[in-house]
Amino acid sequence: MTAPVTGTPRLTQHAAPADGRIGASTPRPDGTLKVTGAFAYSSDLWHEDMLWGHTLRSPHAHARILGIDIAEALTVPGVTAVLTHADLTAATHYGLELSDQPVLAADRVRYQGEAVALVAADHPETARRAAARIRVAYEELPVVHDEASATAPGAPVLHPGRTDHYAAHVPHPNVLHRQPVLHGDARAAAPTADVVVTGDYETGTQDQAPLGPESGLAVPAEDGGVDLYVATQWLHVDRQQLAPILGLPPEKVRLTLAGVGGAFGAREDLSMQAHACLLAMRTGRPVKMVYSREESFFGHVHRHPARLHYEHGATRDGILVHVRARIVLDGGAYASSSPAVVGNAASLALGPYRVPNADIEALALYTNNPPCGAMRGFGAVQACFAYESQMDKLAAALGMDPVELRRRNAVAQGDVMPTGQPIDSPAPAAELLRLVKERPLPPERPWDTGPADAPDLRALPGGLSNTTHGEGVVRGVGYAIGIKNIGFSEGFDDYATARVGLALAGGEPVATVHTAAAEVGQGGVTVQAQIARTELGVPRVALLPPDTTVGSAGSTSASRQTYMTGGAVRAACAAVRDEVLRRGRARHGWPAGELRLADGLVVTGDGTAVGALADVLDEGPVERETEFRHRPTQPFDPHTGQGLGHVQYALCAHRAVVDVDTELGLVKVVELAAAQDVGRALNPLSVVGQIQGGSTQGLGLAVMEEIVVGPDGRQRNPSFTDYLIPTVLDTPAMPVDVLELADPHAPYGLRGVGEPSTLSSTPAIVAALRQATGRPLTRVPVRPEHLVGRA
Amino acid sequence: MEYLRPADWPEALAAKAAHPDAVPLAGGTDVMVELNLDRRRPGHLLDLGRIAALRTWETTARTVRLGAAVPYRDVIARLSTELPGLALASRTVGSPQIRTRGSVGGNLGTASPAGDAHPALLAAGATVEAVSVRGTRHIPIDDFYLGPKRNALAPDELIRAVHIDAARGPQQFAKVGTRNAMVIAVCAFALALHPHTRTVRTGIGSAAPTPVRAPRAEAFLCGLLEEGGHWSSGAPLPPSAATRFGELAAAACAPIDDVRGSAAYREHAVAVLARRTLHRTWNAYRTSNDAAITGGEPPCA
Repeated sequence: MTAPVTGTPRLTQHAAPADGRIGASTPRPDGTLKVTGAFAYSSDLWHEDMLWGHTLRSPHAHARILGIDIAEALTVPGVTAVLTHADLTAATHYGLELSDQPVLAADRVRYQGEAVALVAADHPETARRAAARIRVAYEELPVVHDEASATAPGAPVLHPGRTDHYAAHVPHPNVLHRQPVLHGDARAAAPTADVVVTGDYETGTQDQAPLGPESGLAVPAEDGGVDLYVATQWLHVDRQQLAPILGLPPEKVRLTLAGVGGAFGAREDLSMQAHACLLAMRTGRPVKMVYSREESFFGHVHRHPARLHYEHGATRDGILVHVRARIVLDGGAYASSSPAVVGNAASLALGPYRVPNADIEALALYTNNPPCGAMRGFGAVQACFAYESQMDKLAAALGMDPVELRRRNAVAQGDVMPTGQPIDSPAPAAELLRLVKERPLPPERPWDTGPADAPDLRALPGGLSNTTHGEGVVRGVGYAIGIKNIGFSEGFDDYATARVGLALAGGEPVATVHTAAAEVGQGGVTVQAQIARTELGVPRVALLPPDTTVGSAGSTSASRQTYMTGGAVRAACAAVRDEVLRRGRARHGWPAGELRLADGLVVTGDGTAVGALADVLDEGPVERETEFRHRPTQPFDPHTGQGLGHVQYALCAHRAVVDVDTELGLVKVVELAAAQDVGRALNPLSVVGQIQGGSTQGLGLAVMEEIVVGPDGRQRNPSFTDYLIPTVLDTPAMPVDVLELADPHAPYGLRGVGEPSTLSSTPAIVAALRQATGRPLTRVPVRPEHLVGRA
Repeated sequence: MEYLRPADWPEALAAKAAHPDAVPLAGGTDVMVELNLDRRRPGHLLDLGRIAALRTWETTARTVRLGAAVPYRDVIARLSTELPGLALASRTVGSPQIRTRGSVGGNLGTASPAGDAHPALLAAGATVEAVSVRGTRHIPIDDFYLGPKRNALAPDELIRAVHIDAARGPQQFAKVGTRNAMVIAVCAFALALHPHTRTVRTGIGSAAPTPVRAPRAEAFLCGLLEEGGHWSSGAPLPPSAATRFGELAAAACAPIDDVRGSAAYREHAVAVLARRTLHRTWNAYRTSNDAAITGGEPPCA
């Protein structure tokens, strides 16, 4: 059952079998283009006669708008249009779930960087200068920036008169959503615990930091509609929000995916989409918008910063008795996907452990901080840092090995989550921990490779900055495991559409696959082609560009696209095959029993060829469009959190090995080993790449990545100069063990793979840092000050 | 914004004299970032790219005259024997792409307290060759940094070169950043031993409004080395010496709290770097033959 796939992904190591079917490490068609700089991103779009759009944003985190004077901006030569809230003729607000965010601010701004006005001009610099001449009269308002200030008596209510369906269940109007999960009886059980540990934890604001900034091109069409070319994660949800804003029927808002430079959740919400379309429709000309790097930090949502309070009780033998958890997520100024993030944090708050009694509360605040929403891991990341820190603390209190404590409480198939949902497919928590624990440790003092006075600085904390030649360096090892839901949860009607065709081209059968699934770098294009080759038995597969002329594929998020759009492609292929066989049986008398398509032929169960695809495709191509749904889920009860809320669970475990310069607080992560169950690896190379990528993003949160937001709600470091993401010298060796334990409910038995490694990577590294320094380290990212006690 | 592209050095000087607001552009690793971020819109840009001589250097037995636009890449690859401290500092600048374009002259022109070259230039005791149509000035590095992003250049002056004595003793540079590559300094420290004059010099980056030396730390170390006869004996330093040296280096800082680090951490880290670089340089000195040849030059002034 175990198919270990180890080491660094290299094409030479995972050479694609010639057939390119599922299970093969087929190389990515976009890989070489991206590495050589030839790939066309959305920011490279160009159109004859196009204008450039620019967004004027609020400098204040909270202010009343007393007036907007655009007269001077309109006089700038080259300016074609200036738009404000007053120019909106249809819907004025939008949002993924709640329409609480203004397309352009009207009388109030609620965060620094909120869009206030738009300019179209013949040059981006002209548009920028004209925007600087728009005079906006602001009256600053008091800022709410945390739970205390948001819920204090007399606190300004950010969204007065709420009518959304969460409003009835929240303790304060500045609480967007609150989800309790009650399981067993924590109050009664707590006094029976032999050992109780409590802890307060905090996670900073992480950014998805996609390398491609928000960008796209809106082209007005002759039919009064608009064609939008854009980098996004879900074309159809963009359209669903755009059509009402533009006052157009959905079919007149046509979207095509442009080259996406990374997403990680940052492209789930609208950014420039509505603005570019509004300017294009006003001017009658194509409008391109490209955010600068700094603007990008204001132009998309971030990972929720969180404060978490936990209490764990256990018997002397290390069996968990109860857990109490309170998770406060800062959603910032607008809802985005915060309610779903709350649902994840609450339902996954205990981790992959058997806990008989639990009292959990998770909530998201409205504040004047930057809006937060989707980012890889989606609420499960913050919880995992806290519950895994707690497991280490509990192990220390019990005098027990931390991996042994985890093993004793690890979930397995058949256990029940605190929501009452049984885990009905493999959940090999103990096995994953064993795999990372038993892996040989990397050698000590890896910098000692040459003469004693010439250490390899690249292997030391601080790297080429030459801070240490080994002085003060202490090694630490830490472990963690996490659990993530796959797919959209809580009763959402989650589906994907695929249109598959089979036709003859030059006498050879060729399959075409058309979906609206956004390729954001995850390798979906590779996997879709592999599925078509497998199901239709043809080597040649052409993927059509994702657009809205085909049905929705759902979002490229929640680790769901291989499961969902992959499932849709598979189902559409089956429908095409059925039609091929129907034709063959009618025309050529092919036998009625089981027939397969292989290498362009139609074969019986024992491999005997009874015909060829060409025998039936000569009468015309076959095309089928299919919608695929995962099994339905249920909403969580608003008072008890009970419900079959999730589609599928996925687990990943990490062991982190770090070298810490204990005098300077600098860190070198030496090795970050992972083990993850993926059900079935459709493309092992992509699977390992996803696990390593998620691990690296978790490393970033552990030791460097944070948008620093002041008490005034302003971002302090909106640039890649000071928002640091790991470089190659920060990224360790990442050996990966891949388990393939099939989920009987999923296509091919697969399990979504994109997110789980993002969870456990962070707490594993922090556990290793604690072991090296002996410091409590309750906040991530851990800064050098914290490692040396000089905050 | 007017773009000037002089063909040679006299033309560049004339342009700078005619347009004192002109911002010199060499590698562009500072200037272009400022322009792209809309932080700066100078009236004139003065592109020095056609003046090849700025990218060359001359070495004599005693000194290096480093053209203002010599990229860090060349300092690392070609001058690490003569300028070991500056070469170590150059290795910490940005990414390979930045090191291929950025130069010491640019660092001096920008005069950011976080510029990586400054501590090494202070420790080596460099001189900045500033030129205008009025003539040439040699500005000692100690007088060059006036404030955050302010230097001693007159509005009509351009940096032609930097003069740095070829190292005659061990030099070290170390920089703290919160990432293991491509990072702005949280703080940095440079130390150079000058056995022929029996002096030591230091440089501190990112821990005060300007790059600074640590005069009391230098004086302490000079005194200790002199009194103990260490220059000629090469004897190990007493353990307390490095600690005291570090404390005095930290005391020379006037740091702030910012997103890159706290003031308290910066002082702490400078002390650690000072200690470690002293160990490294003194061990290098003792194990070389330098101790034997150190003659009777006067001790620290």
